[in-house]
Amino acid sequence: MSPASVTFRLALLLSLLLVTACATTPTPTLTLGTTTSAYDSGILNQLLSPFERTYNIKVKVVAVGSGQALELGRRGDVDILLVHSPEDEEKFMAQGYGRWRQSLMYNQFILVGPPSDPAQVRELEIREAMIRIANLKASFVSRGDGSGTHNKERKLWTKTGIKPQGEWYLEVGQGMGETLTLASEKGAYTLSDRGTFLAFRDKVNLSILVDKGADLLNIYSVIIVSPAYTSPQRSALAQKLADYLISPPARAIISRFGQEQYGEPLFTPMEQR
Amino acid sequence: MEILGESLSQAWGLILHFDPYLGQVVGLSLAVSGLALVVSTALGVPLGSFLGLYHFPGRRLSIALIYTGMGFPPIVVGLFVYLLLSRAGPLTFLSWLFTPQAMVIAQVLIASPLVTGFTMAAVKGVSPRLHDQLVSLGATRWQATWAILKEARLGVLVAIVAGLGGIISEVGAVMLVGGNIEGSTRVLTTAILLETRRGAFDVALALGLILLALTFLINVALLRLQGRTLD
Repeated sequence: MSPASVTFRLALLLSLLLVTACATTPTPTLTLGTTTSAYDSGILNQLLSPFERTYNIKVKVVAVGSGQALELGRRGDVDILLVHSPEDEEKFMAQGYGRWRQSLMYNQFILVGPPSDPAQVRELEIREAMIRIANLKASFVSRGDGSGTHNKERKLWTKTGIKPQGEWYLEVGQGMGETLTLASEKGAYTLSDRGTFLAFRDKVNLSILVDKGADLLNIYSVIIVSPAYTSPQRSALAQKLADYLISPPARAIISRFGQEQYGEPLFTPMEQR
Repeated sequence: MEILGESLSQAWGLILHFDPYLGQVVGLSLAVSGLALVVSTALGVPLGSFLGLYHFPGRRLSIALIYTGMGFPPIVVGLFVYLLLSRAGPLTFLSWLFTPQAMVIAQVLIASPLVTGFTMAAVKGVSPRLHDQLVSLGATRWQATWAILKEARLGVLVAIVAGLGGIISEVGAVMLVGGNIEGSTRVLTTAILLETRRGAFDVALALGLILLALTFLINVALLRLQGRTLD
């Protein structure tokens, strides 16, 4: 076989493969932009499969940090968002990028740290705990990536009146899993969402130290991107998904999710008004 | 070490049972990178031979651009393709964002400079007198170029392998423009990233081993092909 004919055959084979891979079904498709913490927990697979079956709509999920997810919405690259960064969401709505927003579910952020707890913050109120960590210059790892978790952390520091900086404060610019691993290696404290921590708890040497208080509330909201940035048809499809997500069957899925794997549910569905 | 051992056995299990999820991910990886490689070869080999053999105004600048392209960070290529295809971008009418097509475009932009640059180096390595001799013997420019490419085929093969190496294991650009959508744009590298983020290190490592084995097999196959044509 000459190299040319080999290349040709290879090209043919690969084009066929790609065509098969891309073969588009006539089912309408929605793109959902969401945050890694929600996606990585696996809850979306459970929530979306009944919806896809019932309505015959395919939902493509793009999981990125909340900051990037909102930016995807601003550019009209996704039709609907599931994010957890309330202030950014309000700004998003105020600027006219979204046409509908509703809280879907919540859980608590948690402060985790080395089991020996060098700064003695266990069970303290979160602001008090963070002040102690800063005063004692105990290592603290920050996501530093503009994610919902990072925004929450910044907001908490603002409330304490402390501007965290110095060698003890490490901004890593990485995902939650990487951040937990790093905190564990460095014997540092960090703020985490519950879902990711439970998935990692066997792999890291960290304990939950603070997990109560209104300050730690982690609310996930659904936003439909304004049809001006997507299209009226897509927006209508997105409304179907939004209506489904806040419906009683979907809320039942949310309140059960995680029970089997972690012995406790990861999220609580929001009471609907 | 425990994780390594477990992952090895799990990887075997996944391969032996031909897990459908795995099959899809591997299939898409091969399809996307394979098609991107074919396009890059079709662009890069002629362009590389032209740059290596012929002199024209702007040649040095073109070469400098190719070399820059060879070292360009893939994530920047990804960002560029994202902005092109995004709904606010100039190519939005294609509706290719978060599709395998977008991933192919990004990978073509990453691999083409590699194929071009290495091809250029390979044809330059052939004695420059050969070209003149062939032309004086009555060969057309096309015939002479083809003969030199044949002479430099080992180098051209290396160029193609380098192109493949640059894309099959690339993660940032395909993540950005493909979106790592399950069943649609999830390839081996983005699946590895996802499983790592999820804390499923064993699955991630299993996928990594498969990627490693695939790359190895492709290289062995290409080398064998080369060996046969040398005889």
